[in-house]
Amino acid sequence: MTDDAAILENQRLEIRLLLEAIYQKSGYDFRGYASAHIKRRLEHVRARNSIPSFCEMIRRLIYDAGFFDEILQALSINVTEMFRDPEFYRAVRDSVVPHLKTYPFIKVWHAGCAAGQEVYSMGILLNEEGMRERAQIYATDINPQVLESARRGIYPLESVRQYTANYQKAGGHASFADYYTAGYDSVAIAADLKKNVLFSPHNLVTDGIFGEMNVIFCRNVLIYFGDDLQDKVIKLFLDSLCNGGFLCLGTKESLRFSAHADAFDVVDAREKIYRKRVVRVPSVQGEP
Amino acid sequence: MRGIAIGASAGGLEAVGRVLEALPADFPAVVIVVQHIAPHANDTLARRFQRHCQLPVREAEDKEPLLPGIVFIAPADFHLMVEPELRFSLSREERVNYSRPSIDVLMETAAEAFCSDLTGVILTGASVDGAAGLVAIKRLGGRTIVQSPETAEVDIMPRAAIAACAVDAVLELAEIGPFLARLGFEDPC
Repeated sequence: MTDDAAILENQRLEIRLLLEAIYQKSGYDFRGYASAHIKRRLEHVRARNSIPSFCEMIRRLIYDAGFFDEILQALSINVTEMFRDPEFYRAVRDSVVPHLKTYPFIKVWHAGCAAGQEVYSMGILLNEEGMRERAQIYATDINPQVLESARRGIYPLESVRQYTANYQKAGGHASFADYYTAGYDSVAIAADLKKNVLFSPHNLVTDGIFGEMNVIFCRNVLIYFGDDLQDKVIKLFLDSLCNGGFLCLGTKESLRFSAHADAFDVVDAREKIYRKRVVRVPSVQGEP
Repeated sequence: MRGIAIGASAGGLEAVGRVLEALPADFPAVVIVVQHIAPHANDTLARRFQRHCQLPVREAEDKEPLLPGIVFIAPADFHLMVEPELRFSLSREERVNYSRPSIDVLMETAAEAFCSDLTGVILTGASVDGAAGLVAIKRLGGRTIVQSPETAEVDIMPRAAIAACAVDAVLELAEIGPFLARLGFEDPC
């Protein structure tokens, strides 16, 4: 082993211990996250604070009450847009919504909702399909700070041009300007779109199932998890979906490498829309 | 398994194609390409490079295992990383060197996963992306190759890489593919 390879091994040990310390100190469990990703993010925090090593970060974490929040913000990635991946929303309109319309009432879960852009995009889509009044929408995130900004629904004015272009490409029926009010340098999402939306903290790693959903959106969240943790969370989704419920992932994510792939049918391979297979309960009389 | 990480920016569509066309159908290493591209581009890059290449070329998916004899392309608007257990992971974290995907992000993570079994290649581009990546590859015992600035459509990226890193070889574009084709058959360390 070269000296540098030995340093690498030691550094990996330091990071494992730091993640253990974060878990024991805060209850947030990043131990199963993708390790290349975690290392980059922690390295970012280390360099910004001029802390000499990950070991020293453990000390800081234990004795400096504000330091964990800085780590949490660094570890949660919240880049998104309204109607990001317009073709995806088109596919939801064409392949998912017709099934949802057969239910008197539906439950939708946005897992890892970040600053809420996707929640409101889906709200607009359900509105236009005449489904909003019979939908309960749950929006959850691990990070209380971004959950609060999701609840506020205020976005920078300069992002509206992209949002509008996305909305039109996604097959929007109306004028996107009907869904917000513009201020000096920001826009506020129409209050009407916040009806039936419940924002609440939820940690996919440590919290339990969220029952009987018709659709779960979890887009570009699983990429930050290692493969074992991904499997565990996909199982959580499986158990939280009703029979025939839909799971929508990010376009570069996939169930292909998951142990639970067989529990789902592929609805749209390109847009990564899956459907939980109907589990038939054996009838009491029929079977010999 | 040996790994080859290729980074290209402006002028790369042509240059990467030239490198890939020299790799034989039984090439035993995994090839990973970061080509800078607009964030809303779809998966046209893989199809474009496939026209020049005897090996299967495809966009890398999250948690996909790296396999020998396949050319993986970083998807637009995601960083592509290699995990220590030789699976890909993707990230939407902020741009690095104004770029997502960033060559540095791929090369730094791949260097840690492959150590001396990695070769890094920097081609044409108007960026400094990839220079730090080559340094990381070199530090962990891997090999570093840069396209000669004279044969690069845009020479900024090769020059930045040569300035940052004591590279193992500076080669003309036409030499890089055949060089990699030979290197791929060497036994992994």
